[in-house]
Amino acid sequence: MTAYLDHAATTPLRPEALDAMLPYLTEHFGNPSGSHAVSRQAKQAIEEARDVVAWGLGCRPAEVVFTGGGTEADNLALFGPLGVETVACTDVEHHAVLHSVLARGGQVVPVADIATTQADLVSVMLANNETGVVHDLPHVKGLLHTDAVAAFPWLDVAALAAHADLVSISAHKFGGPKGVGALAVRGGVRLRPILHGGGQEADRRSGTHNVAGIVGMAAALKATVEQRAATVERVGRLRDRLANGLLAAIPGARETGERATKTAGNCHLRFPGVESESLLVLLDEAGVCASAGSACASGAIEPSHVLTAMGVPRDEALASVRLSLGSTTTDADVDLALKAVPDAVARLR
Amino acid sequence: MRVLAAMSGGVDSSVAAALLLAQGHDVVGATMKLWGGDSDSGCCSVADVEDARRVAQQLSITHHVFNFGDDFDAHVVAPYVAAHAGGSTPNPCVECNRHLKFDRFLVRARQLGFDAVATGHHARVVSVAGRWRLRRGADAAKDQSYVLHMLGQAELAQTLLPVGEMTKAAVRSYANELGLRTAAKPDSQDVCFITSTGGRAEFLGSRIPLRPGRVVDDASGAEVGRVDAVELVTVGQRRGLGPLSGDPRRRYVSAIEGDTVRVSDVAPTVSGIALGRTAWVDQPAAPGTPVLAQCSAHGSPVAATWDGERVQFAKPQRLVAPGQSVVLYDGDDVLGGGLALPA
Repeated sequence: MTAYLDHAATTPLRPEALDAMLPYLTEHFGNPSGSHAVSRQAKQAIEEARDVVAWGLGCRPAEVVFTGGGTEADNLALFGPLGVETVACTDVEHHAVLHSVLARGGQVVPVADIATTQADLVSVMLANNETGVVHDLPHVKGLLHTDAVAAFPWLDVAALAAHADLVSISAHKFGGPKGVGALAVRGGVRLRPILHGGGQEADRRSGTHNVAGIVGMAAALKATVEQRAATVERVGRLRDRLANGLLAAIPGARETGERATKTAGNCHLRFPGVESESLLVLLDEAGVCASAGSACASGAIEPSHVLTAMGVPRDEALASVRLSLGSTTTDADVDLALKAVPDAVARLR
Repeated sequence: MRVLAAMSGGVDSSVAAALLLAQGHDVVGATMKLWGGDSDSGCCSVADVEDARRVAQQLSITHHVFNFGDDFDAHVVAPYVAAHAGGSTPNPCVECNRHLKFDRFLVRARQLGFDAVATGHHARVVSVAGRWRLRRGADAAKDQSYVLHMLGQAELAQTLLPVGEMTKAAVRSYANELGLRTAAKPDSQDVCFITSTGGRAEFLGSRIPLRPGRVVDDASGAEVGRVDAVELVTVGQRRGLGPLSGDPRRRYVSAIEGDTVRVSDVAPTVSGIALGRTAWVDQPAAPGTPVLAQCSAHGSPVAATWDGERVQFAKPQRLVAPGQSVVLYDGDDVLGGGLALPA
């Protein structure tokens, strides 16, 4: 048996999403930018999807820009807005934001200082992808962007990010397909595209639409939002059982972040003296899919900048594991992890 | 056996993993990520990790990447820089084998429940009368026993070197037969963390202040030239000192003293060399043991005697730069070795 506990990396495709996508991978193959009947079918599908995504993000349909994923949405948010000279973000952002801000010569500041940082555009993630820690989005003078990619499965993004000018999401984190995402661009924010071409998405993002992907994202988003409260309730209990069980079973184990401030699916633990890399190999052999830190281009695990920013010592950062639960996680998954993780830690100590 | 095969992304380690699999072992591949900086290829680039991963996929074996960058910096790169700063000539591949492949990697393999590790080195591990021996590879031109001389009984007992019995040509032809994507990949050259464009000068120059020096003729005491960096000069070096005034004969570096590089028009020789940090495959060789001594990775072995502290050459030999490994053989079997101390 395999316990997939890496939902923060990606999630299995929801059946609703697959069912919604299949016609657009087969008979309804049209390019929505055309003018004939086959095209019109595709065009209608993405506009219906736009309505659903707008509902999920709490914005108007015209404010939704479909992108090729969360990274592109973050890049568009940071490079696109007109009239922005200076940008800033927190030091716990996902690399898609962090590296974009650095590429723009922007400031990277501690979470505690972001609310008072002077910049034309400030980016603050809603929930952290590694630790699950949720941030209050500040009210800033300039534009506010939030990377809501890790938050979306768990939090009412429409409400919590209601005052954000720009909001990024990625479909595959909530049961949609990979390679599709969206950026909500509210009100008066005018965007210069970063991808130039045919002028799709009201000249904000060129490129032929990934019709099936967009339709799949909308179906997954609808199911996610409708079931969110129940999922948070159910998965939160599973996560608490997992985290409490491991903290009790493994001497010296520490939890990253205050439980009450974390998303329901995140179980991030540190086992001082145990190397994450070794732990992941043994967990893999035992059928538990987990992760640690962030994988670099080679696949090697790098010490997490997020843990470093939180003040976790380097050796302890390299002794961490992230078990991330999702809407398909079961009691059996938790049972397997509750056995496999203590066994593996004991072997490595 | 459960074997953890170190896969660098080169043809030798690809074939090593394939051979073990064909022999019926339970094989898992792992690539060490050692160096995060620029690299021509060698052991550390993303492309090499990708090659290793693809070969593992071709062989249908599990593949892991281990990030040993901190250890590589601490045990290989920092000592390499410090040695150059101190006027000696280190061999980083020896230190990588000593500290990374056959320590960090081997320890992790044991921790993960593996019975042995395997690498693609051209050398042989042989059991004779219950003791392990390290023998030169079957392909004399590709033999790598020199850089493995620090392996002791504990390491050899858990080390498999499957390509050691093969010639390089046979390794490539086997890789071709299996359709491995690394079959025609060029051999790695030189030090993996030094690029051919920047070279040692750029690498060391960005880490330590390089001191310009005077080149002085040993016999006359006259200054005959200048060098930009004494740290880049190696004792015994014959080329690359730039134009030297006076006698146009070939000059050899006979010594480096502070900022002064001494050169001589005859190749400086020594009758013996003291070794530090000796390591032995089995019991330390007894004083008076006749040995064959090899003083560089591709040098020829020469007759000598080990006196317990020094290698006494049967005939005077070229100067050995301090910091170089000197490896002692009994025929084709490695006895052990150490680092040349300053003469």
